[in-house]
Parts: sequence; C-alpha cells; structure tokens
Amino acid sequence: MKAVAVIGIGKTAFGAFPDRDLRSLAVEAGQKCLADAHVSASQVEAFYLGNFAGPSFVGQNHLAPYVASGIGITNVPCTRFEAACASSGSAFFHAVSSVASGMYDLVLVGGVEKMTSQSTAKVTEILAGAGDCSGEVRVGATFPALFAMIARRHMHQFGTTREMMAAVAVKNHANGAKNPLAHMRKVITMEQALAGKPVSDPLTVYDCSLISDGAAAVMIAPLERAREFTDKPVKILGIAQTSDSVALDSKEDITTFRAVRMAGEKAYRMAGVTARDIEFAELHDCFTIAEIIATEDLEFVPKGQGGPYAIEGRTCLKGERPVNASGGLKAKGHPVGATGVGQICDVVMQIRGEAGELQLARHSLGLAENLGGSGATAVVTILGA
Amino acid sequence: MSKASATATVYSETVVHMAPAQFTADAPYQIAIVTFADESRRTVRIAGERVQIGDAVEFIEDRNSIPFFRRAL
Repeated sequence: MKAVAVIGIGKTAFGAFPDRDLRSLAVEAGQKCLADAHVSASQVEAFYLGNFAGPSFVGQNHLAPYVASGIGITNVPCTRFEAACASSGSAFFHAVSSVASGMYDLVLVGGVEKMTSQSTAKVTEILAGAGDCSGEVRVGATFPALFAMIARRHMHQFGTTREMMAAVAVKNHANGAKNPLAHMRKVITMEQALAGKPVSDPLTVYDCSLISDGAAAVMIAPLERAREFTDKPVKILGIAQTSDSVALDSKEDITTFRAVRMAGEKAYRMAGVTARDIEFAELHDCFTIAEIIATEDLEFVPKGQGGPYAIEGRTCLKGERPVNASGGLKAKGHPVGATGVGQICDVVMQIRGEAGELQLARHSLGLAENLGGSGATAVVTILGA
Repeated sequence: MSKASATATVYSETVVHMAPAQFTADAPYQIAIVTFADESRRTVRIAGERVQIGDAVEFIEDRNSIPFFRRAL
C-alpha cells in the first residue's frame, strides 16, 4: 500500500448564501484546490464527491459529474458518496484507498451542501432521514432529539452538566470569531449559551451546529510524487472508516459511539501513534455533547471525563490539546456534505502553518473525526507534517 | 405489537420543541427510548405527564402508527 499525501486544499466560506447554488459553491472549492495543488483539471484521474441530500435540498441528482464538469473535469470516474454527515469523510476515505492501492495518482475529493434555501422545519425533516425512518423518525425524533437523549443519558451516568456542554459552545464560538471563513463569527458568553432558545431538552440553539451552505475540496497524491506539486505535502498517516447500526435505540450504550472508538483505534494503529501524541483535533461537534463524547471515544480522556475536560479549558486554543480551533461545526458551520473534507482542510492549514490568527503552537500531528448520523458511520484521519 | 403491551423503563428522554415539518402541530412533545423486560429498546412517544430516566411507563395505544406510552399508574 502506497503512502498518500494531501497536496492541495480549497474551501468556500461557510454561511447562508441566498445568491449561490450548490454547483457554484462546489466548483469554487474545487478550483481553489486545483490552484493550491498546482494541478490542472485535465490531470485529475478521479473525482469523489461527498453530499448528503442535494436531491432533497435543491432537487438536483447525478451530482458528481454535474460538479466535476463545472470544474473542467471530464472523462474520468466521478462518484457521489452519501453517509449522512460523514458523506465527504467517506468520499475522502475511499479516495485515499484508491490512491494507496495504486489505481490512481491524482484524485480530487470534494464535499458540498446547500441547505439554507429550505425552512428550518423542512431542513429538520430532511436531516432526520439520516436516522431510522421506520422507527425513531416515525415517532417524531429529530437529530437534536437523538443527541438530546444521548446528552440526558451522559448527564445521568457521568454527572455531565449543561455548563460543561455550554463550555464547548463558548470555546467554539470564540474560535469561530477568528476564522474568516466561519458562518458565525460571534463570541458568546456562558450565560447566553445557557439561556438559548430550547430545541430539544436539554439542548438549546447554542448546543446545535448551524444550518449552512458551503463546499470544501482536497487533492491527494502518492507521497512519493507529492513534491512534484507542493513544498508542503501533508501526510495521511492513519485513516479508518467504520460503521454501526443506524437506529439509536438499537445501540447498547448511547453514551459512546462504538464506530468512533473502532475508527480511532484503527487509525492510531495505522499511524503508529497513540492518543497522547495527538497535538490538536477537529472533532465532529454537530452538538456540544458530541464533542465531549468524541474526546472520550478517541481516548483523549477516560470515559465520562469529557465534560470536565471541556469546562477546564484544556481544549481551548492555548490549552494542552486544542479541539476545533476552526470553530467547529458549531461556529464554522455545518454544510453537512462538506464537513468531513472541510475538517481535513482545517487540519492541513494548521500543519502547514497557514492558520493565521488561529495558528496553534504545536501543529505537527492532528486528527479529524467525522461522524454520520447518531454514530452509524465514523471516519477518523490522522495527518502529519 | 406484543412488546408494546408490556410496561417498560425510560432509558432516556427529551422534549422536542423544534419539530420536523410533519410534526410541527404536535410540538412540544416528549419522546423516550424505553427498555422492555427482555432488554430490547424502542423509541416511543410519551403522552400526558413528563417522564424521566428510570420511570416506569406503560403502553396506551398506537396513534397513526406511533406507539404512545404514559407514566405507569
């Protein structure tokens, strides 16, 4: 198996863009990525696109060649991946697999979602399609409701508090305020976070990630060829995608995501590192409780200690292991299909030392975790200089 | 639905304030994951008084294919 590197990245801003359509966002990210990688469209050997629900959000299907042709990529395999909020994480995993196998050298991976043209109630309904529509969704569960039940159980078993969850929101908003591409560039206080409008008890709007439009792209190549294109290749040291059942009520323990634990173990083993070595991470904070649980599942802290870990400031920009320096899904935004590749872009920017005001002191080994649904898909990637 | 005729224990719960489009008229409403005697779990709707983790609940009826439970009397 060949070692694989990221040789280019490209992102749009995340936000609500009434005058932009899905394709223009994805094409912008793809073209920025090609320019960053010093690769022309005609050199791209395959295009993998992550998108959760383009057909439902904007009525467009056959998305991969639809986007690729806009970038100028034709005559090569163009394929869409759907794995709920891990759609582009999954596209990235499969793209890396194809380059590692020797099938291709230059592969472009994109992710895109255009969500804000629908009402919040309609978005909520479309997102619920990532759950089990024959059970939990039919009863009236939304995604905030599923994570609210996860939060309630975590609070019950481990003494996690609403303040601990709010601390995640406060931190990620503080980071997002410094990210020029973030959707919500607004600092919030603990008091504001706790007094937010209720979405699904105990979660308020400040516990929930944003409904956003946006796109991201990365170019990958065999490590042995990376320096033909860039002076700053970033190595993909470990990567794993895992799965679990879709319905939350079929999981034995909802205070942990088994798929994340398994993906983390596999990625650490592949990279030859342990959790202790990880200097910073972009974790899938679709809800504040999800970041807390991710820090436990990825073994940054023992089970049940994710809440104290968050509120003690150890994951802040100047903490021992910064989490979501970008602002995370909470403040940067969560255009569902773009999120996984967007996280890879953010980790790569840190490793290259190009994160501007958000640049971390220690930035040579980072981890990205992308979660689909209530834990049915997980992708964990470890990147290094 | 033999399992639903039994009583169960609340494993976790939430009150949904922001509902999906098809349930906006019902909001706010409570849903719960409940555990039956055979350890199996199911997501159900709660009618009447709000329930908490550990509470015993009992099946009332299916309404539009949605199983409704309430605090056990």
